[in-house]
Amino acid sequence: MAELRLDVAVPLRAFELRVALDVGAETVAVVGPSGAGKSTLLRAVAGLVPSRGHVRVNGDDWSSLPPERRSVGFVFQDYALFPHLSVRGNVAFGGEPGNVLERLGIGHLADARPRDLSGGERQRVALARALARKPQVLLLDEPLAALDPHTRDTIRVELRATLRELGLPTIVVTHDFVDAAALADRVGVLVDGKLVQVGRADELISAPVSPFVARFAGGNVLHGAARRVDTLTSVELDDRNVIVSSDDAVGEVAAVVYPWDVTLSRALPSDSAQNHVQGSVTSVVPVANRMRVTVGAVTAEITAESAQRLQIREGDLLVASWKATATRLVAL
Amino acid sequence: MALTFLALPVLAIFLRVSPTTLVHELSDPVARDALVVSLRTSALAQVLVVALGTPTAYLLATRRFRGRNVLLTVVELPLVLPPAVAGIGLLAAFGRTGLLSTSIPFTQLAVVLAIAFVSAPFFVRTAVASFEALDPTLIAAARTLGAGPWRVFLRIALPLAASGLGAGLALSFARGLGEFGATIMFAGSLQRLTQTLSLAIYAEFARNFDVALAMGALLVAFSFILLLVVKWLSFGWTSPFRSVPSSSA
Repeated sequence: MAELRLDVAVPLRAFELRVALDVGAETVAVVGPSGAGKSTLLRAVAGLVPSRGHVRVNGDDWSSLPPERRSVGFVFQDYALFPHLSVRGNVAFGGEPGNVLERLGIGHLADARPRDLSGGERQRVALARALARKPQVLLLDEPLAALDPHTRDTIRVELRATLRELGLPTIVVTHDFVDAAALADRVGVLVDGKLVQVGRADELISAPVSPFVARFAGGNVLHGAARRVDTLTSVELDDRNVIVSSDDAVGEVAAVVYPWDVTLSRALPSDSAQNHVQGSVTSVVPVANRMRVTVGAVTAEITAESAQRLQIREGDLLVASWKATATRLVAL
Repeated sequence: MALTFLALPVLAIFLRVSPTTLVHELSDPVARDALVVSLRTSALAQVLVVALGTPTAYLLATRRFRGRNVLLTVVELPLVLPPAVAGIGLLAAFGRTGLLSTSIPFTQLAVVLAIAFVSAPFFVRTAVASFEALDPTLIAAARTLGAGPWRVFLRIALPLAASGLGAGLALSFARGLGEFGATIMFAGSLQRLTQTLSLAIYAEFARNFDVALAMGALLVAFSFILLLVVKWLSFGWTSPFRSVPSSSA
C-alpha cells in the first residue's frame, strides 16, 4: 500500500510551517491563500528546503536524503521545462520515457522545444517528465494556474483521470477550491502554516471549522449573535437582519450560506425559504453558465436563465432568500 | 563630441597609411613573431581562465557562505590594479626569490600567467552574473529528477549559461590581447619568446612606425570583432533562453 507520512516543520518569515499529514494512494489538495506555505510544504517533501521532522514513504525515511535521492515527481507552477532541451530531452532527463508521451497525448511533440508549446502542452510535458522518473510520490504545485480558462477545464478533467489511474500518494497545491474539489479525494486548508481542516470537499462545505474555511469553500459569511427559538436558532446579524438556522448554536457565530443555496426575487417570495434579506445589487458577474449576483452582503449564484428573467442590473433592489437548513453556523 | 574623441585615435591608425601598406608591414619578422606569441599565450591563458574560472564562478553564484563578498572582491581586484602592481606581484609570487621561488619569470609561461591574471576577472564576473541569472526553479526541477550537483552543473547550468560564458570569454580574450604592463615586468619583451603584439608595438614605434601602426591596426580589428561577439552573445542568444521566473507561494 503506497503511503506518504509526513510531519514537517519549516520556519518561514512570519510564522512556522508545521504540517502532519498521511497520504495514502489518493490525492490530497492543499488549499489556502498565497503565502500560507503551500509551495514550501511541497518543497519540504521533495527535500528542496531544509525541514525538521520526518518524511516517510512506504516505510522508508527520506528525512536526511537530498532531493535527487527522493523518489518524487514534482510538477512546478510554471512547469520549469528545460528551455535548451526538446520535449523528449526534458522527459528523458529523469528516466526512460517509455510510452509516457503517447499516454499523455504528446507523442507528436517529442522534438519540439518548450518555447513552441501552448500552456496545456507544457503542462502535459511537465507531468510526463515527472512520471518518467517512476516516482513513489507525486507533488503538483498549482498545476492549472498558468492555463487560460478554457484549457484549464480540459486539463482539469484529464489530470483527474490520470491521477486516479496512477494511484500514487499525491499532493496538489492550489489556491482554487474548485480545482481542489475536482482533483482531490481530500482537501486540506492551510492558513499561516497550519492545516486548519482536512476532509472531503463536501465535508468542508457542510461543516467548516472556521469562517475562513467557509469563505474559501465559496460561502457567504455573515457575522451575528445566535439564540435558541423553539427548535431553530435565530441569528441577529450585525446589519440588524434576523435569519434562522437549523444548526445549534448560542452566542457569537458566523452564519455560512453558499451562493448556490440562495434564490433571488423582486418581491418577497411565498416559498418555504425562511430567510430573506433585501439589498441592492452591487455586482453581476457571469461564471461559466451561471451568474454570480451580489445583493448587499450576500452573493447568489443563479442560472443565466433566471438572471435573464429577472433582468438584473446593478443598483436594483432584490430579495435574497434561502432555507434555514442551508444556514450553517460556526461558533466563534 | 565624446564619440569623435573616442573614434579619432582609432581612425588615425587606419587613415595614416593605406590598407595595403598595413597588410604589407605585417609580414615584418617582428610583427609575425609577435602575432604568433600573442595568439599562443592568449589562447593558453584563456584555456586556464575558463578551466579554473567556470567552477569558481558557479560556486560563487550558487553558494551562500561567509566571506563570499570578500572572495568576489579578490576576484575583481585585478580589474582596478595598476598593471605595474600586477607585474611586481607576480614577480613576488613566482620569482626566483619570490614566495613560491620558481623559474617562470621571463618565459612564455610567464606571459600566459600575466595575461590570465589580468583578464580572468572579466570572465569570472560575467560568468557569475550568467549563473546567477539562471532560474533557480530549473535547478530545483533537475534535482527532483534525480540529478546530483555535478549533473545539474553539466546538463543544466552550463548549457543555459553558455552564451554568457562565451561573452565573458570574448571580453577576457580582448583584455588579454592588450596586456602590457604586467607582461613586460614579469616576462620581459624577448622577440619570439615573450614579445606579444602590445609589447612589439612599444618596441617598434621608435624604430619603424609603420610596423607598429600595422600591429596596432590588427589589435583594433581583433578587439572590434571580439566586442561584436560579446554583443551578439549577450543579446542575440540569451533572451529566448531565459524562462519566466517562478512566483510560487
